[in-house]
Amino acid sequence: MSVRRLAAEQPESFAFTPENLAWAQGVIAKYPEGRQASAVIPLLWRAQEQHDYWISKAAIEYVGQMLGMPYIRVLEVATFYTMFNLEPVGKHFIQLCGTTPCRLRGAEDIIKVCHDRIGDQRHVTPDGQFSWLEVECLGACCNAPMVQINNDYYEDLTPESFNKLLDDLAAGRPVKKGPQNSRHTSEPEGGVTTLTDPALYDGSAVGAWRKRFEEEEAKAKAAAAEKDAAEKKAASDQAIAAEAAANPKPGKPSDDTAGRNVTDTPAHRVAEGKDAVSPADKAKAGDATKSTSDEPTSTRPKAPTLDKASSYTANPNQGDAKKPAGDEPAKG
Amino acid sequence: MTKIIVDGIELDVPAEYTLLQACEEAGAEIPRFCFHERLSIAGNCRMCLVEVKGGPKPVASCAWAVRDCRPGPNGEPPVISTKSPMVKKAREGVMEFLLINHPLDCPICDQGGECDLQDQAMAYGVDTSRFAENKRAVEDKYIGPLVKTQMNRCIQCTRCVRFSTEVAGVPDLGAIGRGEDMEITSYLESAMQSELQGNVIDLCPVGALTSKPYAFKARPWELSKTESIDVMDALGSAIRVDARGREVMRILPRLNEAVNEEWISDKTRFIWDGLKTQRLDKPYVRVNGQLRPASWGEAFQAVAARLKGADPKRVGFIAGDLASVEEMYALKLLAASLGVANIDGRQDGTKLHPKFGRASYLFNSTVMGIEEADAVLLVGTDPRREAPVLNARIRKRWRMAPLPVGLIGEPVDLTYDVQVLGAGAETLAGVLDGSVGFADALKNAKKPLIIVGQGALMRPDGEAILALAAKLAQAVGAVTAEWNGFSVLHTAAARVGALDLGLVPGDGSLDALAMAAPGALDVAFLLGADEIDVAPGAFVIYQGTHGDRGAHRADVILPGAAYTEKSGTYVNTEGRVQLGARASFPLGDAKEDWAILRALSDVLGQRLPFDSLPQLRAKLFADYPHMAAIDRITPADFAGLSGLANAAGTTDKAPFRRAVTDLYLTNPIARASAVMAECSALAQGGVAVAAE
Repeated sequence: MSVRRLAAEQPESFAFTPENLAWAQGVIAKYPEGRQASAVIPLLWRAQEQHDYWISKAAIEYVGQMLGMPYIRVLEVATFYTMFNLEPVGKHFIQLCGTTPCRLRGAEDIIKVCHDRIGDQRHVTPDGQFSWLEVECLGACCNAPMVQINNDYYEDLTPESFNKLLDDLAAGRPVKKGPQNSRHTSEPEGGVTTLTDPALYDGSAVGAWRKRFEEEEAKAKAAAAEKDAAEKKAASDQAIAAEAAANPKPGKPSDDTAGRNVTDTPAHRVAEGKDAVSPADKAKAGDATKSTSDEPTSTRPKAPTLDKASSYTANPNQGDAKKPAGDEPAKG
Repeated sequence: MTKIIVDGIELDVPAEYTLLQACEEAGAEIPRFCFHERLSIAGNCRMCLVEVKGGPKPVASCAWAVRDCRPGPNGEPPVISTKSPMVKKAREGVMEFLLINHPLDCPICDQGGECDLQDQAMAYGVDTSRFAENKRAVEDKYIGPLVKTQMNRCIQCTRCVRFSTEVAGVPDLGAIGRGEDMEITSYLESAMQSELQGNVIDLCPVGALTSKPYAFKARPWELSKTESIDVMDALGSAIRVDARGREVMRILPRLNEAVNEEWISDKTRFIWDGLKTQRLDKPYVRVNGQLRPASWGEAFQAVAARLKGADPKRVGFIAGDLASVEEMYALKLLAASLGVANIDGRQDGTKLHPKFGRASYLFNSTVMGIEEADAVLLVGTDPRREAPVLNARIRKRWRMAPLPVGLIGEPVDLTYDVQVLGAGAETLAGVLDGSVGFADALKNAKKPLIIVGQGALMRPDGEAILALAAKLAQAVGAVTAEWNGFSVLHTAAARVGALDLGLVPGDGSLDALAMAAPGALDVAFLLGADEIDVAPGAFVIYQGTHGDRGAHRADVILPGAAYTEKSGTYVNTEGRVQLGARASFPLGDAKEDWAILRALSDVLGQRLPFDSLPQLRAKLFADYPHMAAIDRITPADFAGLSGLANAAGTTDKAPFRRAVTDLYLTNPIARASAVMAECSALAQGGVAVAAE
């Protein structure tokens, strides 16, 4: 933004309408005694709405007096927030989004239309109908390019549709708010492509998710019972696993110690005068070919083994030429 | 107390200290622009970055408290580094950013040579910039006749905004268009309203705000700097007078925590152009109704012709507002040697009198004591006009924690909340008997402060009002061995000195107002007394510096030295004896005032017993030992106050008037100053607008 100053031509005075005044008193009353200055932004905003969408010197002083603020403090606020217009704007004040997504979707063409039809930014057309301002992202990137005219968004613009929009506004014809093409809000152009199943919308989907979980749980239980009959030990393990899968438990340590031999700990063993490491663990640890885990090694995925003859790096593209010299296997 | 390690030095500091304070405690120098001890912390210049061990990036030390630092993993004290490569790089980066938009106009900048940015760029910056684009241009603003703006130079530290809002209490300045195009300005470029606005010139770390009257006049390194005392009000602010050759070029404040902290009023700061205009540079004698230049011999002969053989009862001596103790002492000795008892140092007609003891006319609480007070009653005073810096001290106290402040007198905006209790002596009596609600506030206060101004005292019933105030002070417990809250605020730098010397008429003699009455005197001797109209008929000898009211009335003019041109002792309103030094020499044939009186005494055949200033001072110190205690306050015995409290007298119903209606035109130097005239016109205009 460039340097913002109050307009050269100023109205004589400003005062809230009785309705706005009552509203302003309500806003001021929200803040504790001595903090009335907090109401400066809502009051300035209402003053802007009341006065042709721009803030005059008289309005700044009126708000300053109302809130017991030095005028310079109100001016600081009014000059900081670019949504406070300090100069007259057109009856249709166009705020044109010029940020990246809109640019990519053709905002520059829209800017060109503004230039051609209205002129420079911050310049009101002689008939008082239009003025425009390029602003930062207005948050409707999915409908880029877009403009905000007074309080409404007009989206998915093309130079043609934007020109027509301006024609309609100038002529006082009713206009369509939102997307100016066939889109409905921010849905895909030409209709939706996903979530098209009508069952999603007739209420039948309510509870379906949960129902599916229950079914799967029952299925798992049945399978577990079947296996239990066939293999005793392995089946019980699987049943527990299935149950655990069906009933996820919170990820915190269970305090359920039933079924675990809590008396066989290193501390217990030492107290009994035995070696701290259990003989079974010792035996397992002694066997280098076996994992200390109880899990059978065969069920775990195999680590990839390198085929030394074809590639050192396991990347055929690199070939033997890229091998570090020191690692050259001795030959002959 | 918290342990902290700064550059390897371990020290104990209070936990609420900022890192900047802790680093300074450790002897490290931290550059800064936005931070100022007496203003709130903004933390926006980023120049004071230091490294906190364990932190990912440097922190702004001005806004980071010691208690915010985390200890080390094993509970070691936090480690701060102000000299590490990270800090050096950070400072260089900040400096480069600051200089991106700062113009390279040091050769034509008035701040050159005393510029924080210049100094710190030399100390902490790098020699090149990588920024090749255009610099930002900012319009210069009009913010009054005293402060010149060059807004391209502004680095947006907002010290000036914070000063005017916090210390001065007149929120004139603000930062509009916050962001890349932020600008410091007053509301629509109106003139600042504060009487302390000149201090923003000192606060500005760059040349954005400079002194308008001093613009392009001199360079700091070509000025001789003399530490002296201000006489524009009774506060006796510490000042530095910068002179080039014989010409006073500017006046700056000096640090004196006990009196003015580091502020001075605009009158003190911008008075110096009045020292060059309307000056009396040779003696004058009125011949056939016209003042004609004369030699010293002719002037003395004209004086002697009138004084010799005159009836001592028909001769009067009046000392003015700017007189130093030395010349008033010489005047007193001269009057005594002539047998004249009509002598008065109270040309404004105040009823203060040394007969009730020193405590009856001093600001007993002391200026620093204001910060301890917990209830203040202002009686017939407008401290904002009578002593602006003292008013800022009351505001400082009020900002620490709001306290009840009552005002009896004309309702004025004092920059803090004041309850206007009433207009005159009746209200004061009401506070005493409890019928005015404010009485409870005073009674409940531990250290109540009652400030009596000259507006309540320079009237016929002044003594009764003073007695009433003393009675109130005793009744609310304001006068105890630990705390004496009975305080008189003077308006003239000479007044306390005059009262200390006993420059009051003897029994049955005439006071200043009686002397000025028609037919009272044959010969009146005015020692710089301009604010009194001696009625036609008397032969007036005026000794002073400016062709002002006294000189227009005079029959003989003896040109004296202004306060910057002589070494003189002044006693401020709290009874602090301070020594002003000579920064330049009297103009033309003008002489130092004590020397004029000494020479005149010789012509009159009553030679005063000293030939030099040291001799005069030796005699002065022998007669008044407390005058030797320079820069100190000899505590006044408050026993005299009970005598004062018991003094009888009736008060009338007239409301208290302000003693100073126009801050900028109170003395001959100010009335000769074009800058003060402009300020006065603005201030008066401002009042007119407000009254509409």
